[in-house]
Amino acid sequence: MNGYSFTFAGLQLEALRSGALWWEAESVLCVSDLHLGKSERMARRGGPMLPPYEVRDTLIRLEDDLTAKAPQTVICLGDSFDDLAAADALSDEMTAWLATLMAGRRWIWIEGNHDAGPVGLGGTHLSSFRAGPLSFRHIAEPGEKHEISGHYHPKAKVLTRARNVTRPCFLTDETRVIMPAYGTYTGGLHSHDAALAGLMSPGATAILLSDPPVRVPMPR
Amino acid sequence: MLIAPTGGGKTMAGFLPTLAELADGRHQGLHTLYISPLKALAADIKRNLRTPVEEIGLPIRIEDRTGDTTQTQRKRQRADPPHILLTTPESLALLTSYEDAGHMFKGLQRVIVDEIHALSESKRGDQLMLALSRLSTLAPGLRRVGLSATVEDPPAIARILARHPDPCQILEADPGPDPDISMLETSDRPPWSGGGGRYAIPAVLEQVKAHKTSLIFHNTRAQAEIFFHHLWLANEDRLPIGIHHGALSREQREKVEAAMVAGELRAIVCTGSLDLGIDWGDVDLVIQVGAPKNVKRLVQRIGRANHRYNAPSKALLVPANRFEVVECVAALEAARDHDLDGEPMGDGPLDVLCQHILIRAAAGPFGADDLYAEVISAGAYATLSRDRFDRCLDFCATGGYALKSYDRWQKLILRPDGHWQLRDPRAARQIRMNIGTILASDKLKVRLKHARGGMPLGEVEEEFAATLVKGDTFLIGGQIVRYEGLREMTIEVTRSPSDKPKVATFMGSKFATSTQLSDRILAMFRQEKWPNLPAHTAEWLALQREVSRLPERDRLLVESFPHDGREHVCVYGFAGKNAQQTLGLLLTQRMEEEGLNPLGFVSTDYATLIWGLDPLKDAKPLFSRENLTETMETWLSGNAVMKRTFKGAAIIAGLIDRNMPAGKRKTGRQATFSTDILYDTLRKYDPTHVMLEITRAEAMRGMVDYGRIDALLTRIGDRIDHVQLPRLTPLAAPLFLEVGRVAVKGRAEQRLVEEEAARLMAEAGLPAAG
Repeated sequence: MNGYSFTFAGLQLEALRSGALWWEAESVLCVSDLHLGKSERMARRGGPMLPPYEVRDTLIRLEDDLTAKAPQTVICLGDSFDDLAAADALSDEMTAWLATLMAGRRWIWIEGNHDAGPVGLGGTHLSSFRAGPLSFRHIAEPGEKHEISGHYHPKAKVLTRARNVTRPCFLTDETRVIMPAYGTYTGGLHSHDAALAGLMSPGATAILLSDPPVRVPMPR
Repeated sequence: MLIAPTGGGKTMAGFLPTLAELADGRHQGLHTLYISPLKALAADIKRNLRTPVEEIGLPIRIEDRTGDTTQTQRKRQRADPPHILLTTPESLALLTSYEDAGHMFKGLQRVIVDEIHALSESKRGDQLMLALSRLSTLAPGLRRVGLSATVEDPPAIARILARHPDPCQILEADPGPDPDISMLETSDRPPWSGGGGRYAIPAVLEQVKAHKTSLIFHNTRAQAEIFFHHLWLANEDRLPIGIHHGALSREQREKVEAAMVAGELRAIVCTGSLDLGIDWGDVDLVIQVGAPKNVKRLVQRIGRANHRYNAPSKALLVPANRFEVVECVAALEAARDHDLDGEPMGDGPLDVLCQHILIRAAAGPFGADDLYAEVISAGAYATLSRDRFDRCLDFCATGGYALKSYDRWQKLILRPDGHWQLRDPRAARQIRMNIGTILASDKLKVRLKHARGGMPLGEVEEEFAATLVKGDTFLIGGQIVRYEGLREMTIEVTRSPSDKPKVATFMGSKFATSTQLSDRILAMFRQEKWPNLPAHTAEWLALQREVSRLPERDRLLVESFPHDGREHVCVYGFAGKNAQQTLGLLLTQRMEEEGLNPLGFVSTDYATLIWGLDPLKDAKPLFSRENLTETMETWLSGNAVMKRTFKGAAIIAGLIDRNMPAGKRKTGRQATFSTDILYDTLRKYDPTHVMLEITRAEAMRGMVDYGRIDALLTRIGDRIDHVQLPRLTPLAAPLFLEVGRVAVKGRAEQRLVEEEAARLMAEAGLPAAG
């Protein structure tokens, strides 16, 4: 599992190719914006009936990361479910699988804008969480220090000499890390969007989810 | 079916029985439906039909209904339909989706399908024939009339038109005298590469002056625009000249059409939007700029000139580059030999069927048996098995997934009486919004870069925009601009002083050249000298023979050379665009495996041009039969062409909404995701899903032709001529401005990103690794 190691708040963190963040010293794995149940929610609201396999695909990838890193703590950084009803509508098979993944470790569900409120799946429900110098929440708060957040699904575009390459990415500067979306059915927001450009300091960088991940100054 | 050359008065002939039947004023409601592929044609027919009807004083109401018709008028047309309604396939499909369709079409007697040869080549024709199958149920006595220009295989089109298995009577009119076609002589030589035909502008102006009214056809809108721009600059006599193409606003188009009808214009620069039987009166010359990619189209375009039935039509060909000179000469020979070309017609596509099922559901509850019986009465669907029909129905109803997870939310539900109906009647609105088989790609606006928001120049396709790198120059709105960057879904450009765009033009109807033309061209290459070609083109071919070779039928010429900072490989298979496209996919995959880091390719009917980071040293292993066959087994997986095909099929079949891929929500774009993800997910978890089956069938029809690749490989055996050169060759030059580039996403991309990252980090003074 080749990730990209970087220093943040004096800690050694690793951006994994999958879009997860690995904090080895404390054995914490953090993932953001799983959006489980997105296809179910779209159909429920009269939208298209998309292939109903995104929960399975997302959990397969999550299981791979859990197997590789064996974290003691997992933090899901919000929008883990596309809405609360989608969490309830998970099939028995998926619910059981999730329970297996959660077994034997501390599991923290941070609330997101899509899934504000507890879900009946065990684990700890929090609006934000603090560990060592780091604070974990769904949406970045301006002025916060040493914060890990998600929500924006950042992606970045690199203009190479032969073509433009766009990839989901981590955005990092001295005060925050904004994580890419981990869920299979998720899109992205360009790092040059005003919402993101405004949050990140001038020296910010983007770590692109490529194989292996590559770091560039954040495209604006 | 009536077959007659343009100008033979076949449209009026089609209407005569209608006028006779309506003359006594006793018929109430809709009597005749006229369907044409073009909005402009419907408006034109309305003009031409109303005049005689009013002059005779017949009590007949004639109206048209297209995407341009106002809401109020549409409502009224449904409540109180005219005697004759002129419309398009899409508007008809929409009309059949309303619950009152039965009432509206109850008394319908006749349906006239104009320019059926044009419709029969596309999904629009399939959709139309499915709609007609519905009309035949609603109006059991309905008679169908098809009007067609000269076609190579009339019975094939008749089978599509007629209700299966009813017979179809075919009437063929005298084709008239042979057209007078020749190549325009110019004092300037055409360039090696490029598609605009600018060098010919003085000669074209002379021709315009010498004729009453000229139509100047181009193969793409962008080319029409730049040609028009330069024609104006050279137009010292201020001749009234207009431009007409599909991307112009309706007002602009109508203005030009009106001026044309009034005889106020000396010339119109145009594209396919004027291609079909619009009667413009006094056109006495047709000029075709760029090679006519197929002979049938050439003959139909020439039909525009001189609408007097017994006089020969006059046309001039203006090849845009020297390869096109060769093509034009071959096309002229083919036209003189009456060697019309055409693609064989395939079975009706299932994505269009899925849309038809949804349209049927929007109109009200239906029985599966009844709908199946209707569908197989459409010629193209006559051989559709019940099993495949049921799979499409299941897809529309439940999504058709192996994992049955939409029981509660399925779109169609089966009622106790065995009929299917929409679960939520509000879904009808969404179905109607998705009607149609023409796929508009996502567009991005282009603006001049300016502090306070610069002038908008037009739009380009998102796929094209993705290929642009800062500094690339391209053509839009008749001018050459430089790509500066992307800002909030808008492309920012500056004016470029260069007179030649670096990147291919963005829009193009991709016409495939027929194999007949390819064979004629290869035969021409065998000649020792070319007395039948203009001297400049003969010299150009001689130069190609000197620096490299000319392609031959039983050998395969492969050239490799560096150009513009990248390595290129050019493979002259002359196997037709579909097969060359497949060859491009297979070869780039093999090159990826060999570590040559391919970046993309583009195909024409004659050749495939591949570019990448590393040079090809030995071509033979690439073409080894076992390797290619093995690649063929796996290539169907995640390639770009399949994903593009999937997106189109998914939109037509209703898997995703038309506007969803480009959904611009205020909350930002993170809510939407690419259809590529859906494709990958289906492949992984539901590989036998009907949408993948449709995608595969579509790709096989449109892009892939492994049979022809196999035939090519057999024919050439090991006779591969690999020529390595220090620079590009005369024959490869035209390929650099081809449209339809396909990007290869492999290791080369990672290398490019790493290179650029290292450069950017160093520039920013940041450490390259964490």
